[in-house]
Amino acid sequence: MEFFAWCVIAAGIGMGLGSFGTGIGQGIAISKAVEGVARNPGASGKIMTIMLIGLAMIESLGIYVFVVAMIILFANPFTETVLQIVG
Amino acid sequence: MVHPFLFLEWLEHQLHLHIGNHVTYTWLVMALLILVAILIKRSIKTVPTGLQNFLEPVIDGIDNMIEEIMGPKGKAYFPLLATIAFFILVSNLIALIPGFFPPTANLNTNAAMALTVFAMTHIIGLKEHGIGYFKHFCGPVIWLAPLIIPIEIVGHLARPLSLTLRLFGNMYGHEIVLMVFFALVPFLVPLPMMIMGVLVAFIQTFVFMLLAMIYIAGSLEEAH
Repeated sequence: MEFFAWCVIAAGIGMGLGSFGTGIGQGIAISKAVEGVARNPGASGKIMTIMLIGLAMIESLGIYVFVVAMIILFANPFTETVLQIVG
Repeated sequence: MVHPFLFLEWLEHQLHLHIGNHVTYTWLVMALLILVAILIKRSIKTVPTGLQNFLEPVIDGIDNMIEEIMGPKGKAYFPLLATIAFFILVSNLIALIPGFFPPTANLNTNAAMALTVFAMTHIIGLKEHGIGYFKHFCGPVIWLAPLIIPIEIVGHLARPLSLTLRLFGNMYGHEIVLMVFFALVPFLVPLPMMIMGVLVAFIQTFVFMLLAMIYIAGSLEEAH
């Protein structure tokens, strides 16, 4: 049964690490976009579009981690094997 | 982890059917969109009133965005892109109403839409350039082709995957967060998350549509 406890820990740590990197990446992207708009407010529409595409791209990394965490938690491929071994 | 009571699931149960929530709620969204479209079409006027007033700027906005990103050739693909956008937006927004399940919080619905976009980009590319479309995959110089082709193939296959998982992860994650907050403190605490949900619904619709536009525009342009 310890296996499942480790699974939960792995999902938690993985999600934390994933959101750590994603957060830094999105922060940098948004700060640069804000800088750009502050220098040239006329270009805000274009900058907004490009920023949203970029944010979506960066965000998908975090989303992949989330999906993997959900697979570990709710659809673990090794559940049956472990339960058989444990009996 | 979805809303504990889904009225279409209950209805399905009463009728002894086994269809699946995402399919029944997809039908609901489709019916809603078709109904609104018919209502608008019946009472279309040069000086808009009511619902037409609300929908005209939206259609206009999508039209302008297509013009801006894809150029004049992109006009032909307006129906596909606008349909996808409206479907995703309505599906995302019904997640906020109790008793509704967003069809986009299921991998199958999203995979269907992403694969449609994926197939459309290549069909459009083949239609536009004929056999010369394969130059898109060969890179700038011909002797680099053996290196570029595997990279391009992997890149193209990653597109439907990322489109699917992005939308699914956002919507499903939002559902889970709402349910966890609801289980912890049911009163007022889930509210900020629901406001975030409105934002996420619009942004994900925008991103999906924009990426579909960029992919189609990429296969429309000449190989370099």
